[in-house]
Amino acid sequence: MASASARGKDDAVAVRLAPKVTMPEQASADLLKETTNRFEISHLDFFYGPKQALFNLGLKIPTNRITALIGPSGCGKSTFLRNLNRMNETIRNSRYTGEILLDGQDIKAMDVVNLRRRVGMVFQRPNPFPKSIFDNVAYGLRINGYSGRLSDLVEHSLRRAALWDEVKDHLHKSAFALSGGQQQRLCIARALAVDPEVLLLDEPCSALDPVSTAKIEELIFQLKESCTLVMVTHNMQQAARASDFAAFMLDGHLIEYSETSKLFTTPADHRTEAYITGRFG
Amino acid sequence: MNLRLTWRKSLNVFMLTLTGVAALAVVSVLFLILGYLVWNGWKSLNLDFFTKLPVPVGEMGGGMANAIVGSLKLLLLAAVIGLPMGVMAGIYLAEFGGRTYGFTIRYVTDLLNGVPSIVIGIFVWSIVVAPMKTFSTFAGGVALAIMVIPITLRSSEAFLRAVPTSLREGAMALGASKWRTILTVVLPAARGGIITGMLLALARVAGETAPLLFTAFGNQFWSPGWKQPVASLPVMIYTYAISPYQDWHRQAWAAGLVLLAIVLIANIGTRIVLSRGGVRSV
Repeated sequence: MASASARGKDDAVAVRLAPKVTMPEQASADLLKETTNRFEISHLDFFYGPKQALFNLGLKIPTNRITALIGPSGCGKSTFLRNLNRMNETIRNSRYTGEILLDGQDIKAMDVVNLRRRVGMVFQRPNPFPKSIFDNVAYGLRINGYSGRLSDLVEHSLRRAALWDEVKDHLHKSAFALSGGQQQRLCIARALAVDPEVLLLDEPCSALDPVSTAKIEELIFQLKESCTLVMVTHNMQQAARASDFAAFMLDGHLIEYSETSKLFTTPADHRTEAYITGRFG
Repeated sequence: MNLRLTWRKSLNVFMLTLTGVAALAVVSVLFLILGYLVWNGWKSLNLDFFTKLPVPVGEMGGGMANAIVGSLKLLLLAAVIGLPMGVMAGIYLAEFGGRTYGFTIRYVTDLLNGVPSIVIGIFVWSIVVAPMKTFSTFAGGVALAIMVIPITLRSSEAFLRAVPTSLREGAMALGASKWRTILTVVLPAARGGIITGMLLALARVAGETAPLLFTAFGNQFWSPGWKQPVASLPVMIYTYAISPYQDWHRQAWAAGLVLLAIVLIANIGTRIVLSRGGVRSV
């Protein structure tokens, strides 16, 4: 929790930039009492060169829950997500200020390889490597210098991603031979292979048909037993049915953050309400 | 209305025919060259051509064994010097090069690509042949390597850029460092294209005569090692074709056929290997 003076400054800035903002910190404070937090983010500002994309974000992401990030295109959901595993570092001239704590540890000070092993990521479009199914899943293990039996872990990861039965007889075939939905589950298996504590999902279903989407959602639901999931989605129904907590973002500001059921039934902010009822965005 | 439709349809047919004929003309040029070479070179092509040395003027027969080996040695040298440099610079441009610096390198590379090959020959003569006081395989190899570099660089850069960013992000999101990502994901993904580019570069310089005239020079005999003048097929073709002897003309045709065959076989062979390779385990 931020100190009183910091929160005061917080509020002043928030009011200046986005009037009528709901206090995200207070909201998260009541609803997350019973769980521990994997990520604690405070005063996060993010810049692409001179352009500020995120403004004073503060939220806590509870352990082993699914947190959905919603908001119109360009509101900074993906930018925020990519801050959590420092993927934004690959973009020239980008920087952030503020604090992102993973299990109480500042990610800025962490070794980036170690951070990304702990915080896996699945992208909008399936991006399997041009290698065999087996080598795709084993990739993360190999680069992390894993020396045990790869095949056991590959099988375990494919089972966790609910893909094993479909691919067990042709593990050495090209990953490109799989369908889009299978490829996306392969990418999830690839991320799960290094046993991450957090899985970041950047619109994981936007390129998939409804059947594949249903499978991935079911998979995500199972994964929360062992993983903290943060998911960006454009699909309101998906956010409503799949997530435990939901954050609504607008123009780089966090407008509202609460339990999903609360956010979708009794939103505190009129902009949240307008967005989820489809009146804009 | 109907008239207009007829006009549009006939215009369509006309343009389609025009482009089709142009395409056909392009393809037929290759087949004309091939056919002409085979027609003229086939008769002179025998075992002797591949196993014997050239004979003095007046004697019939003989072959170009030394020029075939010489050309292969020159290409090997050009490949060893030029290809790694070209590919690595291509990786730098595609993966690291900044805006200004990258632009400069790219522009200079294109200029280098446009330098007339005879000028490259003079340049290599003055920096290699003159100090060594002898024409040599080495000097010829350097001249060809200078031509190989810009072609390889630009083609590998293009193929590396064609690898989707999402693959790089996928690898980096798993904790791979940048060089590891390039080595294990980006390069394998672009492998086919890069190898094709290398081959095209080598095929391109295999037929170069001008840069070899005063670097590798030519030789009627075997050229052991790398420090002596060496015969090569293109220079041999040049020398034999402008000679007044009928027998030498036939030999020149045969040499042309062999040169083209080497390039085509290398090209087709690599394509077959690449297409069979498919996905390879690392």
